[in-house]
Amino acid sequence: MAAGERYHDRVAGWLTGFAVLWSLLGMTAGVYIAAELVWPTIDFGQEWLSYGRLRNLHTNAVIFGFGVSALMATAFYSVQRTCHAPLFAPGLAWFVAIAWQAGVLAGGVSLLAGWNGGKEYAELEWPFDIAIAVVWVCFAVVFFGTIARRRIQPIYVSNWFYGALIIVIAMLHIVNSLAIPVTWSKSYSLFAGAQDAVVQWWYGHNAVGFLLTGGFLGMLYYFLPKHADRPIWSYRLSIVAFWAFTYSYIWAGPHHLHYNAVPEWVQSLGMVMSLVLLAPSWATMVNGVMTVAGAWEKLRTDPALKFIVLSLAFYGLATFEGPMMSIKSVNVVSHFTDWTVGHVHSGALGWNALITFGTFYFLVPRLVGAELYSTRLANWHFWLALAGVMLYVLAMWGAGVSQGLLWLSLDEIGELSFSFKDIMASMAPYYALRLVAGVVFLSGAALMAINLWMTVQGRAVVRVAPPPVAEGAV
Amino acid sequence: MNAVDLHRRLERNSGWLIFGILFVSAIGGLVQVLPSVLDDSLATPAADAKPYGPVELTGRDIYIRESCGVCHSQQVRPLLAEVRRYGPFSKAGEFAFDRPFLWGSKRTGPDLHRIGGRYSDVWHRLHLLDPRAVVPDSIMPAYPWLGERAADAEGAIQAKMRALRRLGHPYTDAEIDAAPAALEGLTEVDALVAYLQGLGTPGGDAR
Repeated sequence: MAAGERYHDRVAGWLTGFAVLWSLLGMTAGVYIAAELVWPTIDFGQEWLSYGRLRNLHTNAVIFGFGVSALMATAFYSVQRTCHAPLFAPGLAWFVAIAWQAGVLAGGVSLLAGWNGGKEYAELEWPFDIAIAVVWVCFAVVFFGTIARRRIQPIYVSNWFYGALIIVIAMLHIVNSLAIPVTWSKSYSLFAGAQDAVVQWWYGHNAVGFLLTGGFLGMLYYFLPKHADRPIWSYRLSIVAFWAFTYSYIWAGPHHLHYNAVPEWVQSLGMVMSLVLLAPSWATMVNGVMTVAGAWEKLRTDPALKFIVLSLAFYGLATFEGPMMSIKSVNVVSHFTDWTVGHVHSGALGWNALITFGTFYFLVPRLVGAELYSTRLANWHFWLALAGVMLYVLAMWGAGVSQGLLWLSLDEIGELSFSFKDIMASMAPYYALRLVAGVVFLSGAALMAINLWMTVQGRAVVRVAPPPVAEGAV
Repeated sequence: MNAVDLHRRLERNSGWLIFGILFVSAIGGLVQVLPSVLDDSLATPAADAKPYGPVELTGRDIYIRESCGVCHSQQVRPLLAEVRRYGPFSKAGEFAFDRPFLWGSKRTGPDLHRIGGRYSDVWHRLHLLDPRAVVPDSIMPAYPWLGERAADAEGAIQAKMRALRRLGHPYTDAEIDAAPAALEGLTEVDALVAYLQGLGTPGGDAR
């Protein structure tokens, strides 16, 4: 090791800051569209405030803005420490960080302008699809380049998950985005109809799988042991769970197409593999919980660890609920309803957002070399986040289960019991409750933004240089 | 070599690790997704299915632009209650000209696959421009701008039809030549209504 070599932490710090901004923007868009379902005229006849446009901004800002920026920040931070090596090509890492923000920002504007490829969670049009692929390849070069120059022989488990995120998302994104351009803002998918549906949900389900699940498991495997100050409970279990997860997740997509016009065997195989997926998902959860076991007393004083432990509980809940909803006879009720929306948010808010918040409360003080500004504010955030996500999930369970059952309800002579309009009108209280839940969750995130900002401001008092690179073992 | 030794090798070599992840994650796609993409029966148009005409195609692209599909599905499942509510269940051949497919994942509003011919053009126009004028409880957004704009202000219809022809949609030169004239004088709402009225009724007018 060259004397005085240091980790490149500034790029991780800036990505963390961008992630916080995207979380506020994306969740604000979410709250606004929740309000539009209560008061449908608050788009004031403006195209860019219209539900369909803002909804795409919401999902893109939270997944690709908040989620991916947080994953890039934590991947850059942890890969250096687990490899005992500074980032490979730090200039390229800055390019990745900045180009990604510019891409999501310009992409968000294009969504408000009505550019839309029409595929869920892959709405951005072809110029953005190409830009995403280029930035993603640069991300891969920085990440795997750092691993290639590591000074510790075994590659730590968090890096397998971040690696799977990078590789599999590249594969899914490139195949699903194949299209013939017509104008700058319009293209037609290479796949049509039922075939397009199978490809899209292979992408859509595994974007959830390898980005929102796998990527964040990388975060978990690095930051949870650091945080609890204990090693992973079972390294062997993490190996088995990783490969079982990587193998089985990719099959589960067709449960989004139950009773749709795709072959029966594709649906049934998708259902079976979704059920299989419960095993590696819960193996990882057990591994995480057992890692914290013995450090429970830290929960009383450390708000950041509380977030991470709660996120594990929601991870367990969402990865149990998902396989259950993939069972065809359950899916008959849940498909097309708000139950799906509730399921997504128990994962996205309960798991992704909470583990990220916990990680940021741990990471930011270390990046800037200052104490967290306020533990009390962080505790307030914890309870607001818990209340928000619980209210959200309960509202959507109520809405979804009643919708699903009422739509299917027939009277004794086989006629429909209820009109669609009446069922829709009965959703009003649930949608109002969901709006409240969103405001509560968002206000917690705003407290975090203030807290982290004040922490960064406080850095001047006890400024530290980024830590020197650890001496390599082996 | 047992599994532990195999893994010891994988986790010490970044090249093998990358290959391992790629290989293991590709299996599902190759066995389950690729056969569907190669399965011609899924891409064969139903007997009376025709590619969208210029007006319907323009309307469909407006439907995509406004993300109508995030609240409306286009997929009637083969369940008694759904068939009662919406009409005959959906079959793969009815979507052979749909790029991308618009089956959706959520019904905040009702399914639209069999909406064609259910309501009059006038009803649709009123409903799109101001939903609460015809359905007081509706929570659908109003789309007033659709009534103010020319359907194909960009003049992109011929480029669109040529792109689709390269993907196998059987448009003739005469149809492409005549397309701009068909859109002459129409607004976006006219095109969207034409698309909705054609939905679920392959071959066009079932009214």
